[in-house]
Amino acid sequence: MIKNKKDEKDKIILNVEDLNVILGNERIIENLSFKVKKGEFLTIIGPNGSGKTTLLRALFGILPYEGKVEWRKNVKISYLPQRLSKKDFSYVPISIKEFFKFKNVLDEDILNMLNSVGLENSNNLLDMNPDELSGGQFQRMLVAWSLIDNPDVLLFDEPTTGIDIGGEKTIYELLYKFWKDRNLTILLITHDLNIVFAYSTNCLCLHKEKKCYGPPKEILTPERLQEIYGTKIKFYKHTH
Amino acid sequence: MQFILSVITVVFIGGIAGYLGSLMLTKRMALVAGPIGHLALPGVALALVYNFNIFFGALFSIGVGALIIWLFSLRSKIPMEALTAIVFASGVALGFLFLPLSHAEEALIGDVNQITMFDTVLTVFLSLTVFFVIKKIYNNLILSEISEELAANLNVDVKRYNLIYLVTIAVIAAMEVKIVGILLTAALVAIPAAISRNLSKNLNQYVYIAIFSGIISSIIGLFLSKITGIPTGPLIILTLFVFFLISLIFVKK
Repeated sequence: MIKNKKDEKDKIILNVEDLNVILGNERIIENLSFKVKKGEFLTIIGPNGSGKTTLLRALFGILPYEGKVEWRKNVKISYLPQRLSKKDFSYVPISIKEFFKFKNVLDEDILNMLNSVGLENSNNLLDMNPDELSGGQFQRMLVAWSLIDNPDVLLFDEPTTGIDIGGEKTIYELLYKFWKDRNLTILLITHDLNIVFAYSTNCLCLHKEKKCYGPPKEILTPERLQEIYGTKIKFYKHTH
Repeated sequence: MQFILSVITVVFIGGIAGYLGSLMLTKRMALVAGPIGHLALPGVALALVYNFNIFFGALFSIGVGALIIWLFSLRSKIPMEALTAIVFASGVALGFLFLPLSHAEEALIGDVNQITMFDTVLTVFLSLTVFFVIKKIYNNLILSEISEELAANLNVDVKRYNLIYLVTIAVIAAMEVKIVGILLTAALVAIPAAISRNLSKNLNQYVYIAIFSGIISSIIGLFLSKITGIPTGPLIILTLFVFFLISLIFVKK
C-alpha cells in the first residue's frame, strides 16, 4: 500500500497548489490546484479570458505568480506560445537552418525532424526563411523546433491558430503521434472539443478557478460544458 | 603615420558599428545611437576645453545622461523616448555653453586627424572586446527579437543581455564621436545594417555584409577626405548612403 503510494508520487511530473496569478489589478487565476502525471496528455479548455494562456505562461515560469508550481527535477520543457506568426520572422533575415541552430543541433537532425513533421526537403527547405512557408508548414516547422532538443514536456498554446481546418487536424495528429512515440507529457490549450475527446487523457476546465478535471469522457457532460462556456454547446461525441 | 592610425581606427570602428548596427536594426533601435551620440556633447566639450581624450569625455557624459534618463523614468510616467529627447537635447544645449567654437566642427562631425596612437590602440582593444561580447549574445538577442517567449525556451536572460547590449551601444557611440562626431553616430550604425538587410537572405550574410559595408565605406570615406580635404565623417556617411542606394536595386525578398 505504501509502495503504491510512492509509485503514484513518482509519476507526478507537475504539482500545482493554490496557484494565483494577478495581472494589473485583476486576479486571472484563483486558487488553482492540480497534478499532472508523466505521460499525460492534458487539454486545457475554457472560454476566452478564462486564464488558459496565463496559466501556461506561469507554469513555464515567465509570469510572476503566488502559490506553488513544482516541476519534477531536471524536466525539460518546451513552450510554444500562442499567435506566433510568420510576420515575427520577417524583420530578421534568418534561414530555417539558422533558426534551428539556436538550439545547437546537427544539420542531419534538423532534416530528420522536419521530415517527421511532414516537411520535405524540397526547394532547399533549410535555406528558406520561415516567413516563406505556408501557414500550415510554418506551424509544423514550429512543432519540429519545439521537439528537436528532446523535451520531456510540451506546453502548447493553441498551435493551430490561423490554420485551415484540414491543416489543424494534421497538426494534432502529429502531436498525438509524437506523444505516443516519445513518451511525452503534453499540456495543450485548445478550443476544439473534438481534440479533447479524441486525444487527451485528462482535461482541465478553467474559469479563473478549476471547474473540472478528469478524463474528458467522464467530466465533459453537456451540462458541464454549458456551465463552463455559459451557453448551450451542441456537441456530439464521436466514437474513435 | 597619422594616416595609418586613422585607417586602422576607422576600419575597426566602421566594422564594429556595422556589426552592432545589424543587431540594433532588427531590434528596431537603429535610431538610438543618435540621441546617445548627442548625449556625448557636454563631455566632448569638456575634453576639448581641458584637453583630455574625447572618448572618455564622451563615455562619461553618455553614462551620466543615461543615468539621468533612468532617474527621470523612476519619477515620471512620461515614456522613455520622450525623456531621452528631453535629456539629450538639453545635453547638446549644455555642451554648447562651453564648447570652444574653434573646436565645434571636431565635436559635431569628428576629426580623424586628431587620432593618436593611444586612440588607435584603445579603439582596437574596445572594438574586439565588444565584438566578442556581442557575438556571445547575438543569437539569443535575435531570437528574443523574434519572440521573447521562444527565447525563454533557451533560458535566455533577456534583461541581462539587454543591459550588456545597451552598454556596448554607449561604448561604440562614444568611440564613433572621434571619427563622425556627435551628429552622425546614428548613421554609422544604421546604414551598414540597412544595406545588409537589403542584400542578405540569412543571418550569416546579414552579419558579414553589415561589417563589410561599415569597413569599406570608412576606408573609402577616409581616402576621399585625404584627396578632397573635406572632413572624413560626412564622407563616410555619404559613401554609405550611395551604397545604400545601390543596395535598393538588389533587394532580396
